[in-house]
Amino acid sequence: MLRELLRRELLIAWRRPGEAMTPVVFFLVTSMLFPLGLSPDASMLRPLAPGIIWVVAFLAGMLGLQRLFRADYEDGTLEQLLLSPRPLTLIILVKAMGHWLVTGLPVVIGGAVVAAMLFVPARYIVTVVIGLLLGTPVLTLLGTMVAALTVSLRQASVLGPVLILPLVTPVLIFGAHSTTLAMQGQSPVQAFEALAAMLILSASLLPAASAVALRISHEG
Amino acid sequence: MFTWLHKMGSPPVLYRFAERAAPWCKWAAFVLLAAGLVGGLVLSPPDYQQGDGFRIIYIHVPAAIMSLLVFGYMAVASATGLIWRLRMAHAVTAAAAPIGAAFTFLALVTGSLWGKPMWGTYWVWDARLTSELILLFIYLGYIAVVNAFPDQRTGDRAGAILALVGAVDIPIVHYSVQWWTTLHQGATLKLSGSSMATSMLWPLLTMMVAFLLYFCWLLSLRVRTEILHRERRATWVMRLAENGDS
Repeated sequence: MLRELLRRELLIAWRRPGEAMTPVVFFLVTSMLFPLGLSPDASMLRPLAPGIIWVVAFLAGMLGLQRLFRADYEDGTLEQLLLSPRPLTLIILVKAMGHWLVTGLPVVIGGAVVAAMLFVPARYIVTVVIGLLLGTPVLTLLGTMVAALTVSLRQASVLGPVLILPLVTPVLIFGAHSTTLAMQGQSPVQAFEALAAMLILSASLLPAASAVALRISHEG
Repeated sequence: MFTWLHKMGSPPVLYRFAERAAPWCKWAAFVLLAAGLVGGLVLSPPDYQQGDGFRIIYIHVPAAIMSLLVFGYMAVASATGLIWRLRMAHAVTAAAAPIGAAFTFLALVTGSLWGKPMWGTYWVWDARLTSELILLFIYLGYIAVVNAFPDQRTGDRAGAILALVGAVDIPIVHYSVQWWTTLHQGATLKLSGSSMATSMLWPLLTMMVAFLLYFCWLLSLRVRTEILHRERRATWVMRLAENGDS
């Protein structure tokens, strides 16, 4: 059933590519604004690039979060999922995974493109990609929790980012600094380890919290 | 202990408890506040490096400690409320949040006022300042969530989840920001002994206890308002409103 659920998530995204592609398009467009607003000068953009990539990736991650449960909530699928004999925690983990594959992974790939366009030297682009691979799922998991909490609220799209962004600041710090460290000739491994630790922690705790949150907000 | 907690789950019992506790907390807080302020502002000598400027710590440090302590308290109350389905635990959490946010704000403002003469700037992106600012945003997020739901109970429990996630996250934020950069002076108070003169230390400790009692006083006032608002349809509240006294 869990495999079917993942298939369903991907299929929905595949059938409506416009909706699924919005975050990555937003990511690319917003990143393009920085050279225009700051300066096209490589020596100025290069040190700022890691920060720009991560901040914009976070904002892009905020975009699709309402998709996660809203449609299921409105058409009653969510009720069926809540009634399912499968543990809700696992169901949510699968949904989060599907959401990340659809919206997070394109941003990771887009991150490599944006890094190149912001003059990050080619050999450091791989650190950008590794960092985003470890960091964006944490954002998705936290976003899943907040989306579950606010699924019944109309102002969820405004409230969501206000709740999520302060909580994910550690990811931003280690994510952006992994690339900065690498560009300064230091090893980014420590920052990657911290990101991996946060990913493990959030993957093990947040789906359970999301499950409780979903039950609470669905009852209300 | 548990029977006591269980009794506190009843709104009228908690209401009367808060009513009785409030004056004790109030007077104890004001006496200690006066003692701490006299000790801190008059009796203790100026710092050899910072002169009189250091005296702001008598407000700043207790406020900063309370900002964290109140969040911890909210997390414990939230867990209690979720696990034993105690509605009053949620009422207490909701009553504590604005006080905690105010302590956080106070710590930020006093820190920034101190920063101007000492560091030459009101704001630096230093580890503790940044994590305190993030803490303020988490408080505001909690308050926003609790009030966002049309149904009180849903809002309470949604807020409780957020408080628990926040409680796990705050140490991570704290340490990651510390890793990021540090300019703030290291902790002066340590369990193993402090690097502070006794004449400066005792007013600080007095102020900490005073702030804690001040928090208890404000909390007991706010909890009563919160209970009255939540139980406004209950007969005992209506009778209270009619007779003016219980």
